[in-house]
Amino acid sequence: MTERKIRVILAKPGLDGHDRGAKVVAHALREAGMEVLYTGLHQTVPGIVNQAIQEDVDVIGFSIMSGAHIPICRKLMDILKKENINDKLIVVGGVIPNKDIQVLKDMGVDGVFPGGTKFNEIVGFIRDNAVR
Amino acid sequence: MGVATYIKDEKDAVKEVILQSGIKIKPVYTPEDLERVGFDYNTDLGEPGEFPFTRSIHPLGYRSRTWTTRQYTGFGTPEETNERFKLMISHGQTGLNVAFDLPTQMGYDSDDPMAEGEVGRVGMAIDSLRDFEIAFRDIKLNRIGSGLTINAVASIMLAMYQTVAEKFGYKKTEISATPQNDILKEIVGRGAWIYPVEPAVRLIGDTIEYSMKELPRCNPVSVCGYHIRESGCTPVQEISYAFMIAFAYIDNVVARGYKAEDFVGRFSFNLNIFGNLWETVSKFRAARKLWAKLLRERYSVRDDKSLFLRGIFGGGGSGMTKQQPENNIMRGAYYALAAALSGAQTTALCSFDEAYTIPTERAALLSLRTFQILMDEIGLRDTVDPLAGSYFIETVTREMEEKILEEMEKVEKMGGMVEAVSSGYVQREVARQAYEFERMLQEGKVIKVGVNKYTEGVDMEVELHEYNEESAQLQIKRLKELRNERDNSAVSKSLGALRKAAEDKKNVMPFLVDCCRSYATVGEMANVFREVFGEYIEPGIF
Repeated sequence: MTERKIRVILAKPGLDGHDRGAKVVAHALREAGMEVLYTGLHQTVPGIVNQAIQEDVDVIGFSIMSGAHIPICRKLMDILKKENINDKLIVVGGVIPNKDIQVLKDMGVDGVFPGGTKFNEIVGFIRDNAVR
Repeated sequence: MGVATYIKDEKDAVKEVILQSGIKIKPVYTPEDLERVGFDYNTDLGEPGEFPFTRSIHPLGYRSRTWTTRQYTGFGTPEETNERFKLMISHGQTGLNVAFDLPTQMGYDSDDPMAEGEVGRVGMAIDSLRDFEIAFRDIKLNRIGSGLTINAVASIMLAMYQTVAEKFGYKKTEISATPQNDILKEIVGRGAWIYPVEPAVRLIGDTIEYSMKELPRCNPVSVCGYHIRESGCTPVQEISYAFMIAFAYIDNVVARGYKAEDFVGRFSFNLNIFGNLWETVSKFRAARKLWAKLLRERYSVRDDKSLFLRGIFGGGGSGMTKQQPENNIMRGAYYALAAALSGAQTTALCSFDEAYTIPTERAALLSLRTFQILMDEIGLRDTVDPLAGSYFIETVTREMEEKILEEMEKVEKMGGMVEAVSSGYVQREVARQAYEFERMLQEGKVIKVGVNKYTEGVDMEVELHEYNEESAQLQIKRLKELRNERDNSAVSKSLGALRKAAEDKKNVMPFLVDCCRSYATVGEMANVFREVFGEYIEPGIF
């Protein structure tokens, strides 16, 4: 049986339009053999969760550069809890100050990758932790 | 980042240097290089202040007038921003560069569900004229020029700026505003777009046409290669795409029956500085020259002043690193040096904490002092275009010029920038470059100090500008009060007239001014356009 590729939705939640990082990571994950859905800009959190369910992804990745990572991730975690979704790996990247990394992890985010994180670190983390 | 690639032999000596724009740098330049590229003083340079303006648009450069410094400023409520404006002016800043929060940039009021968590975060929140009245209180709008960093709803902000100035007793003819107003670069690089390409470009045409008639000291468009470069393109592509974007806006206004000569002198550019110093200086010198030549050839512009490539050349955020953030202070100083050596009329720097957050007061002041040291202390005002005649710089300037034209030709073949952006070509190209660059950085093929070389040392904790949730709540409360207090029938009437004008494809600017006067909100005006024009849909680029 051939192994199914890891499926990732890479999303730009909220109004922030800086998508260089998201596109670069999308490219890197694809090079690493994953299937990547890039949502495009200005997505709502419930909209992204819906798409993640429909597309049956293993990983939900958020890219946030505006500084609003805490309220946005809190919203994501609330929706996932309410919908009883716990089989998806949650990763977040962007402009994230060191002091906020633990705050996000305490909230239930699995992996936090501030700008400048190496591709192989992100790829390795997803491979090791995605539930399939 | 965006530096040159250094290929080394075993002894760690530099064997080959290739600029990001693809130009190979030789170990030594001599008069033979100038001969090889066909350099001629009169046609390639000319005197400063004379066509083709390679050396400077002013005969005496900074000796006659130093640069305008405009740090990007704005956060929280209009009150907080007004305080910071005044502080920067009291420290010698000579212009404003207004930062709006994302909901304002995207045409949402502060109480819109889409604005949640973002009110006042990356700039100040503006919902109506009432907020502008606070933000610009006690600022001499006839003396201080303001850059308004807003694009999709730039027409609304320009109308509001005129309205607030008139309310304060200034004449519309004496105010100077530069709304960024470049929607094509938003689509390529910065992402704050709302409307489909065609009506979005038409709105820009409206602001240009209106300024021509009503706002003689306003520069209605600042074409931003800056953000496209931030998104990953090379310095050559930055200039090529900026020029092709400018042509798209010029063509829109020319199609209304005007001559380019009548308005193109009001165009300004916002261009980026980071990476290799020589490539940067050569880029600006080549760009100044090409812009003048192309306007003459393409649009038969004759008046010298209309041929000036004017603008803000600013230190780019992409050059700044999260690692060892204090190094960014030094980087900023070198970027400012590059701006001075390039003859920037207006400048700004990303502050050293900008890889973390919007700048603290301390960081913003350090950037301002950086400029002041260059001009007042170490001699960058002494003579105009000090690098002119350098075998090296003049050769690379010529080579950059050739490459910019080649890149423009590619977009030209697609039918121009509107087509190249609509099809996603430019976005794909920029994303590809961004990935390539990141890969080279991670493989250590390009060096970034503190990131992939000399990484030992202390990563100091940066003092962060903290987001103030209470400011956001105050802003929302005030908006609700406004909706109760204003004359709502006057608001509906002005919005109705705006809708009709948008549907009839009339110039919407006078109608926006009426809306602003009636205290219609940014969201209400933007929504009229949303309903009439629809919204932009991104082309798939993967």
